[in-house]
Amino acid sequence: MCYLAQAMTVPVLLFASYADAFGTRRLDVPVSAPCAVTDLVAAIRGLPGGDRLPPRPLVAVNHAFVDYAQLIQSQDEVALIPPVAGG
Amino acid sequence: MSYSSSDSGLLHSAVVTAPIDVSHLIAVAQAAGVGALSVFLGTVRDLNDGRAVSGMEYEAYEGMAASELAAVAREVCDGTPGLRVAIEHRIGTLAIGDVSVAIVAAHAHRGPALDGARAIIESLKQRVPIWKREHYLDGERAWVDPTKGGTVRPAAEPA
Repeated sequence: MCYLAQAMTVPVLLFASYADAFGTRRLDVPVSAPCAVTDLVAAIRGLPGGDRLPPRPLVAVNHAFVDYAQLIQSQDEVALIPPVAGG
Repeated sequence: MSYSSSDSGLLHSAVVTAPIDVSHLIAVAQAAGVGALSVFLGTVRDLNDGRAVSGMEYEAYEGMAASELAAVAREVCDGTPGLRVAIEHRIGTLAIGDVSVAIVAAHAHRGPALDGARAIIESLKQRVPIWKREHYLDGERAWVDPTKGGTVRPAAEPA
């Protein structure tokens, strides 16, 4: 199988301190498909405010924590998860 | 969103904005075979790292927080036959002394009831996507970051 590099935009939900870092609760991140979580995080870190993220923030796809190797699909719900502090 | 199931010992799990009715959760977990019922309450305190706190604001990734909260409680129930659990986590702006989380764990015997509540709160703090921002008496606010043993104070706030 052969992939052509294709542009896609991944909406990313932000919360708490990460929302503050970017000044928004949702980023639309332009990436090339296919896009793994690690590629998406690299793209986000390159945006204004991205330098305030830790090197490997937790990522959830469709409400589940995922590995950085996982590929993002076009309809996925993606979120960056700051260190949790419930209780 | 709330979950309930008769297959599991998890009887009720929800992320809520209204004050938590602890006696209702106790009633949900109670049953004729229960001989011990433990209640864990997390409450907002007035001091953190030596700073006077006036209140706390809880934020959740709501859909995921509801499902992770239920998953945490269900995993503990699955590992403890006979355990009956009802749990709620509150979000929004809370005052000093308000209950932020309530866990009721009931069992025939005290050991599993006490251990069950402890296991659920520890796991909840590790993986349920809920965050809290302390409001200080001097007007400042900061997100609590347990990985840094303190708080982060961002320069900007979202619109």
